[in-house]
Amino acid sequence: MTHWIIAPVILPALLAPIIGYVMRYDILIARIASIVGTIGLVAIAAGLFASAAPGETFVYRLGNWPAPFGIVLVLDRLSALMVMLTSVLALIVLVHAVATNWDQKGLHFHALFQFQLMGISGAFLTGDVFNLFVFFEVLLIASYGLMIHSGGRERMRAGLQYVIMNLAGSTLFLFALGTLYASTGTLNIADLAVRLREIPVEDAAIVRVAAMLLMIVFAVKAALFPVQFWLPGTYANAPAPVAALFAIMTKVGAYAIIRVHTIVFGPDIPATGDMAGLWLFAAAIVTVGIGAFGVLGARRLMPLIAFSVLGSMGTLMLAISAFTPGATTAALYYLVHSTFAAAALFLIADLVVTRRPGDTLTTLPATVQNGLFAALFFGAAIGMAGMPPLSGFLGKLFVLDNLRDPAEIGWAWTAILVGSLFTIVGFARAGSALFWKSTAFVLPENVISEDEEKEEVPITRDPAKAWEVAPTMAAIGMLAALSIFAGPAARYFELTADQLFDRNAYVSAVLENPDGLKPYPDDHHGEEDAAYDEDAAEHDDDGSAKDGGH
Amino acid sequence: MGDGSNLLVIIALLPFIGALVPGWMIRAGRNACATFTAVPTVLALVMLGILAPDVMRGEVIQARFEWLPQLGLSASFFLDGLGLLFAGMILGVGLLIILYARFYLSGDDPMGQFYTYLLLFQGAMLGIVLSDNILLLLVFWELTSLSSFLLIGYWKHLPEGRQGARMALAVTGSGGLAMIGGMLILGNIVGSYDLTDILASGDLIKSSEWYLPALILILLGAFTKSAQFPFHFWLPHAMAAPTPVSAYLHSATMVKAGVFLMARMWPALAGTEAWFYIVATVGLITMVLGAVIALFKDDLKALLAFSTVSHLGLLTMLLGFGTTAAAVAAVFHIINHLTFKAALFMTAGIVDHEAHTRDIKRLGGLAKLMPITATIGTIAALSMAGIPLFNGFLSKEMMLEEASHTYWFENPWIVPALATLGALFSVAYSLRFIFHTFGGPVRDDYPHKPHDPPFGMYAAPALLVVLVVAIGVMPFLADNLVAVAASAVAGEALHPHLKIWHGVTPALFMSFAAIGGGIVLLLIHRPLDRVWIAAPRPEAKAIFDKLLALLVGATRWITEVTHNRSITRYLAIFTVASVALGYAAWTGGGMSAPSREMLPVPPLVGLGFVLLIVGAASVVLFHRNRFRALVVLSIIGLMVSAGFVYLSAPDLALTQISVETVTIMLLLLALHFIPKETPRETRVGKKIADGVVALVAGTGVGALAYAFMRRDVDTISGFHLDNSYAGGGGNNVVNVILVDFRGYDTYGEIIVLGIAGLIIYALMQALLGGPAGRKLRNTDFTRDLSRDRHPLMMVVATRVMMPIAVMVGIYIFLRGHNYPGGGFVAGLVIAIALLMQYMASGFAWTQSRQRIQYHAMIGFGVVIAGLTGAGSWLAGKPFLTSAFGYFEFPPIEEFELATAALFDLGVFLTVLGAVMLMLFSLSRIARYAGQSVNLEPMDYDPADRVKPLEGGKE
Repeated sequence: MTHWIIAPVILPALLAPIIGYVMRYDILIARIASIVGTIGLVAIAAGLFASAAPGETFVYRLGNWPAPFGIVLVLDRLSALMVMLTSVLALIVLVHAVATNWDQKGLHFHALFQFQLMGISGAFLTGDVFNLFVFFEVLLIASYGLMIHSGGRERMRAGLQYVIMNLAGSTLFLFALGTLYASTGTLNIADLAVRLREIPVEDAAIVRVAAMLLMIVFAVKAALFPVQFWLPGTYANAPAPVAALFAIMTKVGAYAIIRVHTIVFGPDIPATGDMAGLWLFAAAIVTVGIGAFGVLGARRLMPLIAFSVLGSMGTLMLAISAFTPGATTAALYYLVHSTFAAAALFLIADLVVTRRPGDTLTTLPATVQNGLFAALFFGAAIGMAGMPPLSGFLGKLFVLDNLRDPAEIGWAWTAILVGSLFTIVGFARAGSALFWKSTAFVLPENVISEDEEKEEVPITRDPAKAWEVAPTMAAIGMLAALSIFAGPAARYFELTADQLFDRNAYVSAVLENPDGLKPYPDDHHGEEDAAYDEDAAEHDDDGSAKDGGH
Repeated sequence: MGDGSNLLVIIALLPFIGALVPGWMIRAGRNACATFTAVPTVLALVMLGILAPDVMRGEVIQARFEWLPQLGLSASFFLDGLGLLFAGMILGVGLLIILYARFYLSGDDPMGQFYTYLLLFQGAMLGIVLSDNILLLLVFWELTSLSSFLLIGYWKHLPEGRQGARMALAVTGSGGLAMIGGMLILGNIVGSYDLTDILASGDLIKSSEWYLPALILILLGAFTKSAQFPFHFWLPHAMAAPTPVSAYLHSATMVKAGVFLMARMWPALAGTEAWFYIVATVGLITMVLGAVIALFKDDLKALLAFSTVSHLGLLTMLLGFGTTAAAVAAVFHIINHLTFKAALFMTAGIVDHEAHTRDIKRLGGLAKLMPITATIGTIAALSMAGIPLFNGFLSKEMMLEEASHTYWFENPWIVPALATLGALFSVAYSLRFIFHTFGGPVRDDYPHKPHDPPFGMYAAPALLVVLVVAIGVMPFLADNLVAVAASAVAGEALHPHLKIWHGVTPALFMSFAAIGGGIVLLLIHRPLDRVWIAAPRPEAKAIFDKLLALLVGATRWITEVTHNRSITRYLAIFTVASVALGYAAWTGGGMSAPSREMLPVPPLVGLGFVLLIVGAASVVLFHRNRFRALVVLSIIGLMVSAGFVYLSAPDLALTQISVETVTIMLLLLALHFIPKETPRETRVGKKIADGVVALVAGTGVGALAYAFMRRDVDTISGFHLDNSYAGGGGNNVVNVILVDFRGYDTYGEIIVLGIAGLIIYALMQALLGGPAGRKLRNTDFTRDLSRDRHPLMMVVATRVMMPIAVMVGIYIFLRGHNYPGGGFVAGLVIAIALLMQYMASGFAWTQSRQRIQYHAMIGFGVVIAGLTGAGSWLAGKPFLTSAFGYFEFPPIEEFELATAALFDLGVFLTVLGAVMLMLFSLSRIARYAGQSVNLEPMDYDPADRVKPLEGGKE
């Protein structure tokens, strides 16, 4: 069992260079390797999921060093869930990318894709905040490569903004980690949890800054106001399957907040108190609003979807900001839901947009398979907008039901419900323009040909084959399954939340090193204090030197 | 659960399962499609019939499955009198509509789709009336909004259909969302979302401080769905749907959902002042307003639509009165309205279908051309007018009776007077429907010659008018059903007796007044109509459209202004937010006194500090000139390295300085292909603002660093010092941290480098193929070129240095585990040596002498590092567990071999490969830009002293 914990990182990490450097001249073997690898990842994730389900917390000590001195990977229900979610989403997206030939429109798609999976899995599995930074770097650089896959002026421009914003976030991450290490002396999450409990509020100013800066860093990833600006441009201009995969990227930020700000800086910790919850709540409210406004005011389909993702992140973060087991259960339900909803929307949008000159919401002649596309879009849109029978509605009810604090109820409910309305109206307008109005629209022959010449991107006229439609259907199927099996799913999420809030179990699982590990010097609080301090500075600087290295 | 429960669940599911069928059965033909659509409805109706006797006896049939227990959502259904009444209506009328639609839809309409939507809608409606859990009810409630959206927009090529559908969705959807809030509050008050529990907790609910918000939110849902003033405007526009849809949605189902909800929630919510004043008032206004507008509508369906609005108002008002007698009247009227209104819609549809117009002003005289239709229409319309012997009369009498003794703010006149006025207009538009459509002389200008339709088309309305007359003449037929449904509404056993003659009551006079006044109104309709048309009146659709356009415009403006794609602004916001939030966090906690003394500042350090600041300031000043900025930038890098040296961190200093060198060299090479000056983009004011932001952020970071550097903290690093040699086999703790304690981090970082290599390669490919490549090809770089690109001195010097540099690299690599150095630095050192060869003799020349591809080098590096880590699995140890040993090799002294060195080799290869790949990309750009490839090591070979160069080109 033990070594399997690291498999979701190592498998893609070994596969990616082989695809990228050995198989780079043949797309077929790259595709086979990539798909087989991702299926393998799903299988591994399922195995881990099953292992974690009974509630044990597994710790993998890298280099066989005892925690908190080495790096640990931690497999509990939450990380198993996230890895499972990642792998399933990845398989869906990958099949779409292969079926629609997106992977051939630039170089190294599959290698970058596998590296991306490695980065995401690593971020979910780690039990060390500096290691989390490293995997943020991995997934950032890989996602940048995927984001600008196949090039194009707008895409390059948006990609630059994406990478600059996120590098700024990484820099702040380093500041935060430096501050955290300088105020606690450790980077292991479990150890941090222990040390944070001991810091009185009278001495907490520095560590509070660290907690806040970390939250901002995670908020950049999760695209929360006021650091959400990168998301619409990125998602709207990324290749659609990549945008679909990015549905999990925002969740990395959300996950990090759930993990770190529950276990380390939880509301019951005197040093930080409810600081994180308060600010998150306010930011989430505004984010919901930005998302809703963006959906209603969108001129093009891809930005519309991007803003709907933004809105869903706001809703998710509202649930997270409560930091209670109940609300976290709802948050996890919504997290899984919104991941597949966003993916489904981007995938169906891709099928439509590549068959039409551009993604503007103006009336153009209907594409082939208008009815099929309309049905799929309808399904994905009601999922995202939170209408029954898909999981969005239950998720929304679940979140609302858990935000019962009288001080918050007015803001939170108004934001979510009015936001839903804007989203519904926005999607109805878009769908009507794309799929209904187009049926009554006949473009004169000569205009069509002129338009085609102007377009840089060639338009497909072929009907979508079963392979191309299947991933979209699978994503919507996930939403349906999450709705039908809401009870068992929520039970798992509830257990996950309970485990998450059982801080002591996590801490003891990580810090109680088994016998036979390299020795833990009990007397390390002793006479060598001065030497440690010197080294503290060194260790810290070491991080920044590495950063400068790439 | 007994058989009844199972049947109940099957009833609720049947339409949804059935909805899967028509889409496929349409391939077998239209009749097959219609038949197979009818099957689930008929089955459900039969099962309902089986359950009906039990319900009529007063039993409540329940079924329950847990769905999302954490939320309190269960798939629980119950069937009581009210549910039975509505379920019967939904299924019964549904069946008639299926029959009617078979004949109504033309061959061009996709019938399979229609029946699918219809069954979905039927299922959603059925779900509403059978739900025993308010969250489940909400699910079905929203499903009706969605399925009706599809039904109303069924003719998607018609703009009215699309707009009507969107408007219906927006209005009913927003109501539904409000209702979600209301229902959640209600569940909060009671502590359960089960309807049975909620209905039993009426007193608790009404005394709660949350009662009013819950009531208002729930009523918003009901009012929007049931088209109550001021939300009535969507209903007429929904008439753009095919007539079977209108007949179904607007007689028996969708719009009745709001009324149903008020009836359902009656025991829990009704009976308070707030309930009376909100519900009864809104109902009264809607009733009168709808009736008045209906009189002036020329479109038959619009007339019926507003009449529906009016009748819904009537029902709402009755429920608002809060008395049991009013509830009985409401229940009875629900049945009656269903029968005559569905028949009327179908009649209107037949007229439209036959005459190809629904405009009353173009109709008239149809009685002679289509007598059967005219008979059906006339009977139904008379019932709508409330003429005795038809069922509409009975319930209207009951309504007037209730109105006659209702006080509104202690005013006894206003309710009866307005109720009578509503009834009066109702008589007028009903009679207009009859006389202006069927009465009068036969015209010769119909768009199409009308005649009676086939039996299948008028069978459904005919059956309904039979009921109209039957109930009208023998009201006791409905006694039981009304009793059991009204009891369910009131929450207590009621035994009403429906009869035609109530004696001489105020209601009778009001009725007569209404009929008399209505006839008068019809007679003077023509002049009234002219006044109406001339009078200014708010056009709901125009207002709605304008509001929506305004909203869309506003949201678009806000979105586009805030997301203006200015990265400087985004970064400024990010920075300001970080500083502000960091400060806010800071103020929430205290700080202990500093525990470390300030160290003295030697002059040399002070000088370095000043240089750093001057360097940073110079970059800001000179950044427009890229070359100068780059040079100044290197000063900063040097100072940082010097800082590391001063603070006894030789590893970091080595790394920093080699990274610095490689970066600057690559940047210098790249600088050749980009403009030498950056464009001026920012205004002075903005620059100052950005400068302030930068200063504040810098000060913040400085203050933070100062604060934590003055304080001691107990860190984990002691362990690393203690175990570096014993456990990691190295004296150099930094290196052991990099390759062992935290080798996993390093593994991640070299992967970052590897990915960067891939991206650079892919990016180059994409760029050179696009417009950027074309631009590059057409830019003239020749005047920037040196005349002597590969100078003799440089070539010779680099050749001489090469072996030394490689040796140094190997040395640094090997000593890394115990002394400053390691794979990362070694990779950079050798990269610098190679870089210089390339600079001296050109890429192609050097390239042809190098055997290993850097692509492969990166790949090997990453894989070697990974496999080294995985190798420890063979020993049963976790990933990256190191092993080391000391060996004697005769010529050399004792030598250490460590797996960590192998890992370091991976690091080395990746670093080297990545740098080389970057260089390769730059040279690709150069060749693309038209630079020639040199075959000789240098431009001017002294051994070949004859040929002068021609124009700097080989």
